[in-house]
Amino acid sequence: MAEPLLSVRALARRFYGVQALAGTDFDVAAGTITALIGPNGAGKTTAFQCISGVVPPEGGRVLFAGAEITGWPAERISRAGLVRTFQVARGIPRLSVLENLLLYAPDQPGERMWAALIGAGRRAERRARERAVAIARRLDLLSLANQPAGALSGGQKKLLEIGRALMAEPRLVLLDEPIAGVNPALAERIASHLESLKNEGLTFLVIEHHMDMIARLCDPVIVMAGGRTLMIGSFAEVAADSAVQEAYLGRHN
Amino acid sequence: MLDYLVSLSVFAGLYGLLALGLNLVWGLGGMVNLGLAGLFAIGAYASALAELRLHLALPAAAIFAALLAAGAGALLAAVTARLKGDYLAIVTLGFAEVIQLLAANEIWLTNGTDGLPAIPAPGRGRLSSFHFDIASTSVVWLAVILVSLLLWRLSQAPYGRVLRAIREDETVAAVAGKRVLAFKVSAFAAGSAVMGLAGSLYAAYTGYVAPDSFDVLVTLLVVLALTAGGLGSMAGAVLGAILVVVLTEGTRFLGGLLPGLSALQVASLRQGMIGVFLLLLLRFRPEGILPERMRRHHLED
Repeated sequence: MAEPLLSVRALARRFYGVQALAGTDFDVAAGTITALIGPNGAGKTTAFQCISGVVPPEGGRVLFAGAEITGWPAERISRAGLVRTFQVARGIPRLSVLENLLLYAPDQPGERMWAALIGAGRRAERRARERAVAIARRLDLLSLANQPAGALSGGQKKLLEIGRALMAEPRLVLLDEPIAGVNPALAERIASHLESLKNEGLTFLVIEHHMDMIARLCDPVIVMAGGRTLMIGSFAEVAADSAVQEAYLGRHN
Repeated sequence: MLDYLVSLSVFAGLYGLLALGLNLVWGLGGMVNLGLAGLFAIGAYASALAELRLHLALPAAAIFAALLAAGAGALLAAVTARLKGDYLAIVTLGFAEVIQLLAANEIWLTNGTDGLPAIPAPGRGRLSSFHFDIASTSVVWLAVILVSLLLWRLSQAPYGRVLRAIREDETVAAVAGKRVLAFKVSAFAAGSAVMGLAGSLYAAYTGYVAPDSFDVLVTLLVVLALTAGGLGSMAGAVLGAILVVVLTEGTRFLGGLLPGLSALQVASLRQGMIGVFLLLLLRFRPEGILPERMRRHHLED
């Protein structure tokens, strides 16, 4: 079997007294949409925080595409091709949709002060804009391209989160609840976007509570509980497992 | 009267430069920098000392002043990188106080509270005082135009986009792959260089610097100018600076219009009027007179 794209080993993180991650292990294989599920407080979002470098882990290792990225700052991890989205969509409200997409474009010479002063980097900016327009079109955001991100609806903000991640030319995208709170028609569209992106070779690790969607899109499914990995398997295996049912529904003797 | 107006326009231009520098740091980068008076003072003293002790010509002294202020600004930004909002405001305010105290106490360098007199400027003594003022206002406003254009370019470039993103959400900017600290330090340094340049021009124009010229009131007036003009907007910064000078100086003539009031009462009334104006402005136009505009892209189809 090929080496996994992402390996998480014994990942640990505490917040004051709470052991949010107590040694989580899992792998994400390239070309999959892998689900990360578990009851509230299982440590899913903390795992995302530690993998993406937003919060440094206190123990354990994260390997991405063969490189040890444990403890790297967030910008270095994103540049390496591992980009995450946020559970509560965090579009920059006063930038337009297109500018939000452009923000995630890698290797922009115009981001250096001296280059910006002499007006260099126009060609890179034009290329980035073409890509941003293509992504906006693909995600049906093109008609909103010049609207401030703060004016988008909840579902459109979720689409923008995905679009921004795509702008970064990632290999692996961590999606934190991409369809939570979105109306069923839009949820359906987001799901088919993810599916077609997977078919183009992108890999996803998805936190989601929407079980229909997980059953349809995700294989394998990783279940976390109490800061640890409870089991990994297909959706059917996971759903039939008594330990998983216990974690979700509570212990009964 | 005309002399007075020309002299006011020099000060309006100097406030404009300070507001532009602050706009890069606070308006775009979101870093509340109340250390402005300190950076202004560093520029003024550096330029005056470079002229008096090192016998540099004003342009060289101005560059020296801007570089020194940029260095101080970069250091301040690096030290305060993790602070935000009120905490950053307090620390930068303290920085300005420290600079003022240093200027008052390091007598060997700054001549203490007596200040540094007889700072040379090209043309002073040779030109009549009116012509000197005209020349000064031309130089200062040329600097305002140049700095506005450069900063406007920065704000429209990808560089400005990243600064705005950092202003609103540092975590998102980092996840977008941007080195947040490097952007903060470079913006702070560039804004401080502009403030240092303003200090240099101030020292050359007045010919005299002393610690009490750099008290917190300067910072407050520039913050007011930027807030009134429109935080994040370069044109707003300049307009706000003009407005603040017109307000603080224009109300001086109220005394003649309001008979029966003592000079003291008129002075209090002036302060009150400035306050009322700003309250009204912030109530009815909280984004400022010329607010920051979102960048729109022309889409080909």
